[in-house]
Amino acid sequence: MRVPVSITVNGVQHQQEVEPRMLLVHFLREGLGLTGTNIGCDTSQCGACTVHLDGVSVKSCTTLAVQADGSEVTTIEGLAQNGDLHAMQQAFWDNHGLQCGFCTPGMIMSAVKLVEGNPNPTDEQIRHGLEGNFCRCTGYENIVKSVKAAAGAGD
Amino acid sequence: MTYVGKSVKRVEDPRFIQGQGKYVANLQLPGMAYAAILRSPHARARIKSIDAEAAKNLEGVIAVYTGRDLVEGIKFSGPCGAIPCGFTPPDTKVPTHHPLAVDVVNHVGDGVAVVVAESAYIANDAVDLIVVDYEPLPAVVNAKAAAQEGAPQLYDEISNNTSFHWTLGDKDATDKAFSEADHVIELDLINQRLIPNAMEPRAVAAQWNGFSEEMTVWTSSQNPHIIRLLLSGFTLGIPENKLRVISPDVGGGFGSKIFHYPEEVIVPWVARAINRPVKWVASRSESYITDAHGRDHVTHCKLAVKNDGTFTGLNVETYANMGAYLSTFAPLIPTALYITLFSGLYKIPAIWGETWGTVTNTVPVDAYRGAGRPEASYLLERLVDLAARELDIDVLEIRRKNLIPKDEFPYQTPVAMVYDSGNYAALIDKVEDLAGYQDMRKEQAAARQDGRLVGVGMSGCIEASAPGPSPVVTSLGSAIGLYESGIVRVHPTGNVSVFTGSHSHGQGHETTFAQVVADELGLPMEAVQIVHGDTDRIPFGTGTYGSRSAAIGGSALVRSAEKIREKVTKLAAHQLEAAVEDMVYDQENGTVYVKGSPDKSKSFAELAFATYYAADMPEGMDPGLEATTFYDPSNFTFPNSAHIAQVEIDRETGAVTIQRYVAVDDVGKVINPMIVNGQIVGGIVQGVGQTLWEHGLYDENGQLLSGSMMNYALPRADNFPNMVTGRVETPSPHNPLGVKGAGEMGTIAATVTIANAVMDALAPLGVRHLDMPLTAEKIWQAIQSSQNGGSN
Amino acid sequence: MYPPKFEYYRASSVSEALSLLEQHHGAKVLAGGHSLIPAMNIRLANPGVLIDIGRIKELKGISAGNGSVRIGALTTHATVAASDQVPQALSDAAGVIGDPQVRNRGTIGGNIAHADPASDLPTVLTALGATLHITGPNGKRTIAAGDFFVDLLTTALKEGEIVTTIEVPASGPGQGSAYAKLANPASRYAMVGVAVTVTLENGKCTRAGAAVGGLTPTARRAGSVEAALIGKTLSPEALVGAAEAIQNDLGDEILEDIQAGAEYRKSMASVYAGRALTAAVERAQAS
Repeated sequence: MRVPVSITVNGVQHQQEVEPRMLLVHFLREGLGLTGTNIGCDTSQCGACTVHLDGVSVKSCTTLAVQADGSEVTTIEGLAQNGDLHAMQQAFWDNHGLQCGFCTPGMIMSAVKLVEGNPNPTDEQIRHGLEGNFCRCTGYENIVKSVKAAAGAGD
Repeated sequence: MTYVGKSVKRVEDPRFIQGQGKYVANLQLPGMAYAAILRSPHARARIKSIDAEAAKNLEGVIAVYTGRDLVEGIKFSGPCGAIPCGFTPPDTKVPTHHPLAVDVVNHVGDGVAVVVAESAYIANDAVDLIVVDYEPLPAVVNAKAAAQEGAPQLYDEISNNTSFHWTLGDKDATDKAFSEADHVIELDLINQRLIPNAMEPRAVAAQWNGFSEEMTVWTSSQNPHIIRLLLSGFTLGIPENKLRVISPDVGGGFGSKIFHYPEEVIVPWVARAINRPVKWVASRSESYITDAHGRDHVTHCKLAVKNDGTFTGLNVETYANMGAYLSTFAPLIPTALYITLFSGLYKIPAIWGETWGTVTNTVPVDAYRGAGRPEASYLLERLVDLAARELDIDVLEIRRKNLIPKDEFPYQTPVAMVYDSGNYAALIDKVEDLAGYQDMRKEQAAARQDGRLVGVGMSGCIEASAPGPSPVVTSLGSAIGLYESGIVRVHPTGNVSVFTGSHSHGQGHETTFAQVVADELGLPMEAVQIVHGDTDRIPFGTGTYGSRSAAIGGSALVRSAEKIREKVTKLAAHQLEAAVEDMVYDQENGTVYVKGSPDKSKSFAELAFATYYAADMPEGMDPGLEATTFYDPSNFTFPNSAHIAQVEIDRETGAVTIQRYVAVDDVGKVINPMIVNGQIVGGIVQGVGQTLWEHGLYDENGQLLSGSMMNYALPRADNFPNMVTGRVETPSPHNPLGVKGAGEMGTIAATVTIANAVMDALAPLGVRHLDMPLTAEKIWQAIQSSQNGGSN
Repeated sequence: MYPPKFEYYRASSVSEALSLLEQHHGAKVLAGGHSLIPAMNIRLANPGVLIDIGRIKELKGISAGNGSVRIGALTTHATVAASDQVPQALSDAAGVIGDPQVRNRGTIGGNIAHADPASDLPTVLTALGATLHITGPNGKRTIAAGDFFVDLLTTALKEGEIVTTIEVPASGPGQGSAYAKLANPASRYAMVGVAVTVTLENGKCTRAGAAVGGLTPTARRAGSVEAALIGKTLSPEALVGAAEAIQNDLGDEILEDIQAGAEYRKSMASVYAGRALTAAVERAQAS
């Protein structure tokens, strides 16, 4: 069975026929070649696959492409505007918020929504708000610093 | 402009923050097919038959192959050899490890068949259609139980499942020390099995060129050259000069991506068999039953102490679980990277260590962040803490009393290692000061009055990094020397490409190595490009693990840069008609000038071009400007640390909250403080994961109960406060950079620091020792026991 | 990481959903998919047919009036967690499900229809005395939450039925509710979850609802806790006694896993009951 879907990704509308079982993350990675969104687990926990779906952060490994039919998706590749890095991307760079980089796209996407919903988060709120994003390299401290810096930069 | 010592922002970050990381799973090649592997659900079983007909007939399936196909070879792809062990002490018995099991499966997760199909979805569908008739066999999982009479024998040739027995030290002197000791602190402890969980699951892709008979393999490895050597020499049989192994961006390793894995054989073999590129990507649950696990020691240890707290002897017996096969470095971890560290920071005159490495029906165990040194530090620092408690001496004081003084370096330990440099007293002074230790104890006393379970714990640790001098490591059992390669290639226009056998998988070498080479040559960092991870572009290198890359890989670059400086200095002398001895290389500005006449100078770029223009070279000097070094270190390096932590236990639930963590580390000279700090903090969090939550737990039948992140608790952001880190710097005299290595020190120290803090919190209840992980339930049970009159 | 094949149909209305369910016996309903898709990803679930109801607008949203709050079955946990209309125990619980990304997709209807013993909402809805509105081939019906959760992963939903609305009594003056959860450090599901609601009038507790979950195959009404509260002045000592009383409400079957065994979980039931009670009483006194 194949189902037609129309999904706008990073501002560009894509129409494809997909198996209903195709996960959104596979649609993005294999269907559209947008490999910035990573797969880090198979239990919907690690958050490496986090994207924005109609304005909220979601785990694209736990969403079917058919569920995103008619929706707008933003991936890490769509964050920078006109060649300018998003404040969150810049903050991660400035504050050594990444080491191997694998969790980073998902972490940044989650962090962007965290700050949108809470413009002046405390360290504790950041740590709690990133509960759904695992990092094995950084020990989280510089990630917290990065998010705080990005929140500050938005003032 | 100089860069070394500065927190330069990482040059590799732009691609990662924009989703352009080049992980193997992202690779797309025309005509690519996808592989999935059928894995044994049994811990040990005979394979009676494999029926793959339904799988082969599924639309979109290209082929299905079994272990027998690989070892016997098929028309289009020759036979595979067994996966060797790359580190074998004398008399080590190595079980045969086929890339896919042929007759017997030896652990849950052991590969049985491979499906290759048009999509990963179809490949996984087909795996489910393969029917295997297994005859389950009795299994054994415990490292010590495996060595006992009556345990199921995994391999006929390995009696008592004991692959090796390794000893080091002076048994007589140690026995004597114990017979004369005022106190003997004795402890049975378990260093529990861990699952590495690098965020990127392993992936392998391969492409075969039938015309040139060349194979390219992409693998998320920490050491592509070693994989190429093993594939060529042992498992795949493609000549080394026709085999290219590329490890592009690798999403974390922590040791688990060092080893030569079956998929690195299977995927290229299949690519050749079907003459199409093939890719395999592990799922996380799959990685839990295939990636090498860490630790898993069962240990009995004792410390001999005088009344005044002086250590006089240490005796350790360890059963180290190797798992079902010997992974690439496995026997090294509980031997030459473990027993050799038993002296710790202390003068212990008599030490005796014995390790039995046993095979069991579990996933193979190998190096995992710290690799032997966390295990050594854990037992030693637990014993020291118990000695402090038993003798009623402060935990800092008892350590101070036994430290190797700073004027006794180089220090020959009783367990082979010669420590290079250190100022351990300064470490402890600094951490005491930074933590406000005396105040911490006062606050703890007040909290205890209120019935609160607050604990203060510390550790003083040392580790041996940067393995290691080739004569030493080979004599210990390594199948290859552990030097590192480094080319500094200057281009005609004066910018530089650096080719290093080190392979960053998060450590930031593209930045730190550029800092080093830029400073060596006096260039802006932007002019230096670091290339790593491709065997076609880089001479034989040994990869990144063991916190070795700055000390060995970086030093190779320093030496190559020296050769470059020497050559351009000679050329400048020739051009400026001066004596070579009269030339000065200005490393800050990248010029060469005549001593006393700074206006008579040549820039690096001018000189570089001149070597390629080659119109007027000095007698005996060839054109071109590049230098290659294979740098073999003269010793290990010895990072060391003193950490203090404060925890509080919720009496009602047993849950531990980390309230403060203060870390002082001596990692020698620091190239990039920001990156070093990142390594330390990341390492600490990982170390604490072992102490409080992580456990690769098997049931007695060899089923992995912690089979996914749903049951294996990884540290998360909300588990930690911000930490305080400090530095003591005693440069290593053994490499030109003076670095010691920072990648593992945090983990080595943190595990036992938090363990000691938790045990300190429980001390008023009379609880002596609890094995990790110190889960809420375990602590709660200890609290209940103590309140009911029992204690352990 | 690759779900097995299934047929897929989309419903744009409740009646269409019912009709599709009628046509495809044994089909699973897809709402937010955050119980179903994880199970399919590791091939523990293999539904032949999925009926996607995620776009049915009439099933989304929270409205209040006539003494009750009505939550559409497709309302996400994030929306419930942020709502100041629902009783606090419910927003508490919704706010500790999974993580922010999960809460943006998981729905209250999907969560309770799945009835995972380690989930949070069944416990809260049982304590609050919620009423579930169900529609199916035989028309509409309602069922008390206490009767809805039958057993492990089993509800009173009949074939072809879906939950449309979850109705909870609105919080009145003197009423306070809370949910306390002992989370599994790995999965962060509930190893123990206790929900409590109390109404105080003139210093005495006139009404109480309590439930426990996480350690039991299904959410259970904590009648002993309720009995220990009603008619009493809720001093700290009284709360301790009420928390202890939960031991009588746990039933014979205690779930365990490698993170926590039965003995620990049972003890924690009283500890977390105490925490939920303290918070509920504080809120009741403040309201």
